[in-house]
Order: sequence, then C-alpha cells, then structure tokens
Amino acid sequence: MPASPPDLSRRPRPGEQVIKAVLVLSAGASILITFGIIAAVIEPALHFFEEVPFGQFFATEDIGSREYRPAVLPLLVGTALTTVIALALAVPLGLGAAMYLSEYASPRARKWLKPTVELLAGVPSVVYGFFALFFVTPVVLQGWFNLEVNFTNAWAAGIVLGVMIIPTVASLSEDALSAVPMALRQGSYAMGANRMQTTLRVVLPAALSGVAAAIVLGLSRAVGETMIVTMAGGAVKNMSVDPSEPHMTMTAFIAITAQGENPVGSVSYNMLFAVGLLLFIITFIINAISIAFVRRFRQAY
Amino acid sequence: MSVATQTAASTVAATLSGRRRDRNVGSLVFLGALWSSLFFGVMVLVALIVDTAIAGSPRFDLNLLTQYESTIRKDETGFRAGILGSLWLMGVTALMAIPLGIAAAIYLEEFATKTSRFNRVVEINLQNLAAVPSIIYGMLAVAIMGLLGYNYKGIVLGGAMALALLILPVIVITTREALRAVPDEIRQGSYALGATVWQTTWRNTLPSAVPGIATGTILGLSRAIGEAAPLLILGLATVRFDPTGVESKVTALPMQIYNLSSAPQLDFQVAASAAIIVLLVMILGMNALAIFIRNKFQRSW
Repeated sequence: MPASPPDLSRRPRPGEQVIKAVLVLSAGASILITFGIIAAVIEPALHFFEEVPFGQFFATEDIGSREYRPAVLPLLVGTALTTVIALALAVPLGLGAAMYLSEYASPRARKWLKPTVELLAGVPSVVYGFFALFFVTPVVLQGWFNLEVNFTNAWAAGIVLGVMIIPTVASLSEDALSAVPMALRQGSYAMGANRMQTTLRVVLPAALSGVAAAIVLGLSRAVGETMIVTMAGGAVKNMSVDPSEPHMTMTAFIAITAQGENPVGSVSYNMLFAVGLLLFIITFIINAISIAFVRRFRQAY
Repeated sequence: MSVATQTAASTVAATLSGRRRDRNVGSLVFLGALWSSLFFGVMVLVALIVDTAIAGSPRFDLNLLTQYESTIRKDETGFRAGILGSLWLMGVTALMAIPLGIAAAIYLEEFATKTSRFNRVVEINLQNLAAVPSIIYGMLAVAIMGLLGYNYKGIVLGGAMALALLILPVIVITTREALRAVPDEIRQGSYALGATVWQTTWRNTLPSAVPGIATGTILGLSRAIGEAAPLLILGLATVRFDPTGVESKVTALPMQIYNLSSAPQLDFQVAASAAIIVLLVMILGMNALAIFIRNKFQRSW
C-alpha cells in the first residue's frame, strides 16, 4: 500500500482528476456488470412467471403446453447428479495433489508440477466434452468397465467434469496448505510424528477453511459448466438418479434451448432466463460461501 | 565446521522434516495415493491429446487451415472461418477488456482507500464475477446486443463482448497481483522527488508490473479462445466466409468443434479431432508464451 505523500505541490492538476475519475469508473464497471446481469436476467424471467405458475416451474415433469416445457426439477436432479460425481472424483484427487505439492514436493519439483496440473484447467470445455463423448463413454465405460451406459450419460459427463475441476481444488488447497506456518509442522515432527501424520492431523485441520473454500469453488464451477454436460450428459429431462441414463442439467437446458427457434418474448425464450436466474442465484450463494471461507482462513494467521 | 557438528546438523534436519519415520506401510501407501492423484489428471491430459491426435491424424493437412466447412467434400472440410473468427474475437475482446481491466486494477491498488465501502463492494463483486458461469455472460451479452439494437447477434461485437466480460475479472485480479509485487520503496522514491500518485504509477509502478500484467492477460485471452458456452447463447452459427469487421457474422473454432461433434458422419468427427489439436496448439502456445514472459522478465526485488 503506497503511503500517501505529503502534498508538496499546491498546483491543481485537473488532468489527474480526470484520470482518477476514469479509473474509478473502470473499477465501478464490475458493479455495473453485476447489476446488468441481474437486470438482463430478471426481466424476461418475471415475464415468464406472469404466464407460468410457480407450481409448473417446480414440477417433476412437463405438463401442458407443447411450446414450452416448464419443469425445472429434473434439471436440478441432473445438475446435482453430475456435480456429485464430479466432486467425488475431484475432491480426493485434487486434495491429494495439493498435499503432495505442499508437503512432499521439493520447491523445484513444485515449480514444474503445479503449472502442469493447472494445464488441465486450460483445456477448453468443448474439448473435454468431445473427449467424454468419443473416448470416455465408448472406450472407458463401455469397453474397460463393461458398463451398460447410454451414448450420453451422467457418468461420462460427471467424470470428465471432475477432471476439469481438479486444478481448481488442487491449486487453492495448495495455497491454503502452504500458508500453514512451518512452526506447526516442526512442532509435530518434534513430537515424533512422520510426514503423513503431520499432513493429516496438523496441516490439513489448520488449513481446513481454505480447503473448504477450494471445494466450494470447485462445486460452483461444476454447477455452472456448460459444454461438457451439453455434449456428453444428454438432452433428456430425467428424474431418475441412475447415472448411466442421460440427464439434462440447467446449463445444458439453456444451451440446447438457446440454439432452437425462440422468438424474443415468447414463453420458451423467457423460460431460458428463468432457468438462468435460478442458476445465477445458486452459484452466487455457493460463491458467497466460498468467499466467506477464504476470509476465515486468511484471518487465522 | 567439525564432523561432529555436521552430523548433528544433518540429524536435526532429518528429524525436523519427519522423513525418518516415513518408512512404514501406512505412510508409503499414503504417499503412493498422493502421487497417483497428482498423476491421474496428467494421465487424462495425455490420453486426451494422444487419442485426439490419432483420431485426427488423417486430416493434418493444409486444407484444415485454408478451406471452409463443406458438406459436399467432407474429407477436405476446413476451419478457416473458425480460426479467423477466433482471432477476430480475440482481438476485439482484448481491446475491450484489457484497458478496462488494467484501469480498474490501478484504481484499486494505487488510488483507493482500502477500507472504503466502495472498495470493499467492488472487491467482493470481482470475486463473485470471477466465478459466475460463463453461460450467464452469454445471456448478458444477448441482452446488451438487444439494447444496442442488433437483431442478429452472432457477430464479432456480440461474441467479443461476452468474452470480454468473462475475462475482465481475471485481468483485474492478475494486474492487481502484479502491481502489489512492486515494492513500496520504488513508489516512495518517486514521491520523494515530488511526483504525484498518477505520475508515480505511470512512470514507475506500471512499467515494473508489465511482465506480470502481460502474463495474466495472455492467460485470460487463452481462456477466452477456448470458450464456447456464451457464444452458443449468442447464436454464433456456421459461416463460410472470413469476418471483415466488428459487425460481420462470425463463427469460432470451439463452436465449429461443437457443431461437428453432433454430426453423424465419421469424416466430420475426424475433422473435429484435428480441429481440437489446432485449438490446443493455439492455447498451449499462449500458455507457453505467458510462462516464458514470466520466467524471462520476472524480477526479484
């Protein structure tokens, strides 16, 4: 933080006031964008709820009209199912990678290994979707594991989604684990503990809120990811919890519906925004929880 | 140092790392588990690249880069429109996002009172924006394009706007980190000579932070180039010509990959695999450039 300098020159500097105003406006743009998102999504969503009652929106299956299909609960089931599979893979693997990087790897090895793991996050989701569709389902699931899965299914989508969020979990957890003071580890070693005991019983509990933030952020990524679930997860609203069947998620619904013919202002167009609003609210809450966790772990030391 | 002191020092060092007691079955299994979780992701990445490269290998020719998508001669279909479209989108995205992002970061780091309410709101907002699902940015861009009066939204301006909104938080966050890494002595030296805050920022702080800013910006752009979800919402469809300006219709490489992956013809899937390799080369190239800049210009103060 720059210390504010004493005001030695009394000369007014109108040019700098203008520059400062521009900079303030740029910083304020983020608030503007947030309100823009809320306004852009809420208006069509409100029109949607004028025409479609809440009961039909939160129904388990589509009732009534052919032009729009209002049920959102199957989409929530699909989203939850793929997210659970993704987290079941990404949390242990991401945390394991983080513990190795922070507690075991030498500084030189870490310098190379961390960017390598982060490369996973650089792969476009459309590429992961293609991989899930043409490799994971036919070769891995149907071939190696001999599972009876559909061409599109929640297994493949969830697994590949999990691979995609490993770096999110690993990177942030590693930061949290590395932030634990050395004195705690040395205290543990001095008591005769080995590295595994130290990692699991001292470092991990001390970094728990940071690790929790990492997991919650991974959760939010998984809920909001679109291309993998659109390509590999399927386009069927499905209330069952069997991952070998196709499941449509909220994001897949938005993507697939947006590609169809939806005249602006029609109920099916507004439905997009209603689902988008729900998605925004859910991820917003998840992010707020994650940020709160980060606060706590920063204050601890 | 005598032999005895040396031995004593190395014994203490070994005890204090806990390494000595790592040799039981439990900790070796634990270490193995950490290793495998680190390498699982890397293995998937290798499998993805190798499998896709093999699938796309029949199509590594110049047609891939110079031809347009063709439904008649499927084995010569190319991605010229997508590659040029992606480059156009990239350029316009950079023009929109980089100045705004850097300006916001400069304000937050160099000018703002850290404890002010405005500052805290902006900060929480940025953290939230960084985790908003990309598909939501597509919906915002659709709404803005509607307000600006564009009927057809699959144009360069719309796509670039969505991508710019998407990478803005990334640029702000990395620029702030780069500015924060510049030591305060440099600023204080400048203030001591009578410079104002802006003069100090423009002539001293900012030039020192350029490598960090460049690294973050390139990483942000490499994320934008692989993004497909917001473009899907904006209705970027197949086009068979080169974009000529911000109002011309455009497609992007990820969009072409997505569209071809749902085509039943095998030729198209092979072409999509080859296109994925092109996309990955572009992204890995940008990542490599970012790492190169960081390593080459990184200064330790």
